[in-house]
This record gives sequence, C-alpha cells and structure tokens, in this order.
Amino acid sequence: MALDRWIALVFVAFCCVYGYAAFFTMDHLLPPFMQRNPVWPSTFPKMLAVAGVAVGLIVLLGVEGNKSEAEPSATDINYRNLGQYKVGQAAVLLGLMVAYALLLRPAGFLLATTGFLVAGSTVLGERKFHIMIPVALLATLGVWYLVQEVLGIFLRPFPFFLGN
Amino acid sequence: MLEGILIGLEAAFSIQNLLMVIAGCLIGTFIGMLPGLGPMSIIAIMIPVAIGIGDAAAALILLAGVYYGAIFGGSTSSILLNAPGVAGTVATSFDGYPMARKGQAGKALTIAAVSSFAGGTIGAILLMIFAPALSSVALLFHSAEYFALMVVGLSAIAAFAGTGQVAKALMMTILGLILATVGEGALFNMPRFTMGLMDLQSGISFITLAMAMFALPEALFLVLNPARGAGQGDSGKIENLRFSREEGKAMAPVIGRQSLQGFFIGVLPGAGATIASFLGYAVERNIAKGEEQAEFGKGSVKGLAAPETANNAACTGSFVPLLTLGIPGSGTTAILLGALIALNVTPGPRLMVDTPEIFWAVIISMFIGNLVLLILNLPLIPYIAKILAIPRNYLIPFILFFTLMGAYIGQNNATELLILVGLGVMATIFRFADYPLAPLLIGFILGTMLEDNFSRSMQLYRGLSFILERPMTLGLLVLAAFLVLLPSFRARRARRRAEGVADGD
Repeated sequence: MALDRWIALVFVAFCCVYGYAAFFTMDHLLPPFMQRNPVWPSTFPKMLAVAGVAVGLIVLLGVEGNKSEAEPSATDINYRNLGQYKVGQAAVLLGLMVAYALLLRPAGFLLATTGFLVAGSTVLGERKFHIMIPVALLATLGVWYLVQEVLGIFLRPFPFFLGN
Repeated sequence: MLEGILIGLEAAFSIQNLLMVIAGCLIGTFIGMLPGLGPMSIIAIMIPVAIGIGDAAAALILLAGVYYGAIFGGSTSSILLNAPGVAGTVATSFDGYPMARKGQAGKALTIAAVSSFAGGTIGAILLMIFAPALSSVALLFHSAEYFALMVVGLSAIAAFAGTGQVAKALMMTILGLILATVGEGALFNMPRFTMGLMDLQSGISFITLAMAMFALPEALFLVLNPARGAGQGDSGKIENLRFSREEGKAMAPVIGRQSLQGFFIGVLPGAGATIASFLGYAVERNIAKGEEQAEFGKGSVKGLAAPETANNAACTGSFVPLLTLGIPGSGTTAILLGALIALNVTPGPRLMVDTPEIFWAVIISMFIGNLVLLILNLPLIPYIAKILAIPRNYLIPFILFFTLMGAYIGQNNATELLILVGLGVMATIFRFADYPLAPLLIGFILGTMLEDNFSRSMQLYRGLSFILERPMTLGLLVLAAFLVLLPSFRARRARRRAEGVADGD
C-alpha cells in the first residue's frame, strides 16, 4: 500500500475517533436551554466526521483513480528511498526544535536561541565555530532587541535564576 | 471611486506607509530569492511583525509589499539558478534560465521586472474597477449564501487540484475544518476537542499552522536533500540591464493579453498564480508564429514576459475575493486573511464601507509596491543576488529559528512550539505522499466562518430549510457539488475512451 493510502487510513481512523467524540460525548454536556437550538456545538463536527470518513474512504479505496506516475524531479523527494536522504540530520534538527521549545522559558531567550543556532549548524556539518558563534550571538541579540524593544513583546532574556 | 482613491493616496503616502512598502518589497525580494521559501512562508514569518505594528493599513501594506517582493525574488532565482522558489515562477525558468545562460541575465531580469510591473499595475486597475462592483453585489448576501459561497470556494480549490488529486485535496480541506473546531467557538462558548488541555482552549493558532504547513516542511526538505535549492554553478555577472526597442514591441501585446487573462484566472478560487503562469505561457506559445514559436524554451522574450505578467496579474486578482467576499482563493491570501482578522479587520463587502482607508490604501500600495520593485529593486538585484551564496549550514538553522519565533511571538506560549513541530512533521509526511497543503490551511481559516454562518442560518430558519428557501444558496451548493464531481467524471470518461481505443486495436 502506498503512503498516500496509509495516510488516508489514518485519516479515516482519526475521523472515527473525532466522530465518536462528536456523536457520543459532547451532547450530554449541553445545558437544557441550548438543546432547543436547531444547531448544537456538535452539529458541525458530526457533519465533518461523516464527510471525512467518506472522502477518506474514496482516497483509501482509490475510487478516483491514480494520476499517471510522473517522473520525480531531481530536487523533489521520493519517500520510497528515504534512506538516501539525510533523515538523521532532519530528525536531530526536529529534536533540537523540541528542546528549544522546552528550554526557552527556563534557559531564557538569549541562551536558548544562541544554543539552538550553533547546535543546528553543527548538526548540518558546520565546523567554523569562530564564525558561527559570533553570527548566532549577533542574530540573537538583534532579534531580541527587535521583538522586545520595537514590537514590545516580552521575552525573558536570561535564565530563570537570574531574575527577569 | 475617486474619493476612495484620494483616501487611499492619503493613507498610503504617509512616510510610515511608504517605508513599509519599501521595506516589505526589499524583505520579500531578499527572502523570496532563497530557494524553497515561497511567498506563503515569507508572509507567515512576517505576520508577527505586521501584527506588532498594530495599524491594520500599515500592516497590510507591509504584507502586500512582501508578497510582491517574494514573487519578484522567486523569478530572480528561477532566472539565475533555474531553481524556482515558488510554483508560480516555474514557467519563468523555461525561458528565463536559457536567457541567463546566454549571458543575458540582466536583460532577463529587466524583462521579468517590467512585465511583473505591468501585470501588477494592470491587475490593480482591474481590481479597482471590479472590487467595488462585486462588493455591492456581495452586500445582498445573507449568512446562508455566505455559507454556500464558502462551500463553493473550498470545492473549487479542491477541484483545481488536478486529476487524481481532488479527493486528496478534499481530505485536506476537511482536516483543516476539523482542526478549526478545536477550541472555544464564538457561537457556543463551549470548549470542544481540547482534550482537557488549557493550551488548546483558544484553538490552534493559524500562524503556527501556516508555519507548520509551509515553512517547516520546506526547511526539512532542504535538510533532507541538499541538492534541492543548491545553486547550480555561479550565477555569473549581472550586467547590461537593458532590452532593445524591438523586444519591447514584441512584449507589449503579450503583456496586454496576459494581464487580463492572469487577472481573471487569479480571481477564481484555487486557480491562482501557478495555473495563470503556465496557461499564459502555453497560450502565448500557441499564438506565436513560426520562428517566434521555435524560440520558446530557448530564451524567448515573449516566453519570459508571458508567465511573469500572468502570475503578477493573478496575484492581484486573488485579492478580489479576499477583499470583497472575505474568502481567500489561495494559500497566500488565506494567510493574509488570518492576519487581517488578527488585526481586527474583517474583510468582506463591509470592508469598503466601514474602513475604506484600509481597502484603498492596500490598492494604492499595490501600485507603489510595483513601482518600488521596478525602480528600487532592479538596480539592487546584483547585490541582493549575493544572498544566494549564503551556505546552507547557516541558512537552515535560521529558517527554523524564524518559524519557531513566529509561532512563539503570536501566542507567547511554549506549548505552541511543540504543536508546531508536531504539525510540521505531519505536513512533511503529507508532502511525501503528494497531498496538497494549501487546502488544509484555507479550510482551517474558513472553518470558523463557515460554521458560524451555517449555524446562524440554521438558527434563522430553524433547521436546514434555508437550503430550499433561498434559491441562491441552493444554486451555489449545487455548483459546489458539480465542481467536485466534474473532474472525476471527466477523468473517468477519458479513461473509458482510452480503454475503448485500446480495445479497438
């Protein structure tokens, strides 16, 4: 089974869960006066769940017919030989993004961002740290200044133990 | 209209807004040139900045400038590197790249800039004529018609997705609509599908979704496949920006035709710049005679002018449904719509009545934006093109950082970043399987409005009878069904015919 059909299968399953939530768990929370309404909070989700299952099944069963296989271009990615691409790098970068999300508050913006930029380029194979670290620091300070001072959105610059 | 133009001139010609246009165009060109970052990603990245400005007119002017700049930047990388940053400029590389290979890169860029300018300007004039007319019609619409109209828009986007892709596009649209139901709706004040998480109470932020759908997968693709977007050789020296008088004469009718054609294709939901540019290229190649036709694909002036004019005119055309009906026809206008709503402006027929200064300032700024691109960016191109030399080891972490920042600034919530990464991985898998992502975002952005209008008409008519009682609603819904079913019907007939031929043999 091709990847697009697997996705359709997951989508149909997702719609079933969503539909279950809409059909069986939402309505009894509704206060009585709202039950006289012709439209309930669950009405639209119910429609979507039914439509989603229908469309998902169309893709899953290939009713529409597949489009002719076009030859993949050199710059596009063919997931069937994912192994020849730099999956590891991409996964580590995603991990870095998660780490950034978790560390942003505790470590403060400046430390987290500089770390993210330096680590990111290291993962990609950059070894000229004497260039990378100053560039990352400058960019971090620049963005922090822009966001904090120009846009007026608070970003805590330093780690939690240094106050704010 | 004259009054409106004057209001617009007054608003657009403030120092602040002029600077916005210039900054927007420059930033757009700068980032748009990077392979892989299309206007959608760039606008998504710029939205927090635009919202930070606070003034809706200024923010929209900035974003419109970024949009134009990005398209122009995309053409530049198509011409110089044969690496189109955007699908809409793929057709540009057919003739632009051969021209650059012949050492006429400067001329090709000028032709691209002039035809973009002409396409954008003529498109803006058409927008000025058609938008007020359409919005006066749209004022007659009730919520039932709006609901039907949005259904038509969403089906049209799916229908234009291409053969074999309609069901996938519909699936993505429905997923977008489903994602839009997360959180607390305006009509019911009841949290839905939040799974008890406080962070989902206000729903998924559309900036996060836009970043996750476009910017993040692009960046990941750049990581996965280093060949993608890598400059093939150096771009060479860019000099001699002029084209001859004869070439100008050859271009003029092409520009005239393609501005009109591109604009009207752009107005259709879902069609947009990509189809306009390919169609423009094909039409001009068919019209051209003999020698000129043979020239196409080998560096023809006409072949470069046609897609460039058409895609810019189409971009302007796509503002018509956005500004008059509040319904975005493309991913980019969907992002703009989200930005407008965040700025407390509701696009739609009331926009021209309630806040004419915003409407007209945007239109006037389109003219200014095109002018800025022509006179300011063109001479700067040889310098801006240096950005293509930034090593990807530096570039990619920065792109990722900007997507993270964009999602964080909007909500000031670190959980949003985790949602971003999750949705981004999902979007990347969708792209592996060739699912179109723009319908998802458009569905998400229209979802709330669609449900509100649907619920309102249900309440007004105490049930589904509004479909039968309002002929226009019924007509639009039938049209929507027709749009969805037509492509598969045609594909089936074509297949049957093909099979019949095979049997006959």
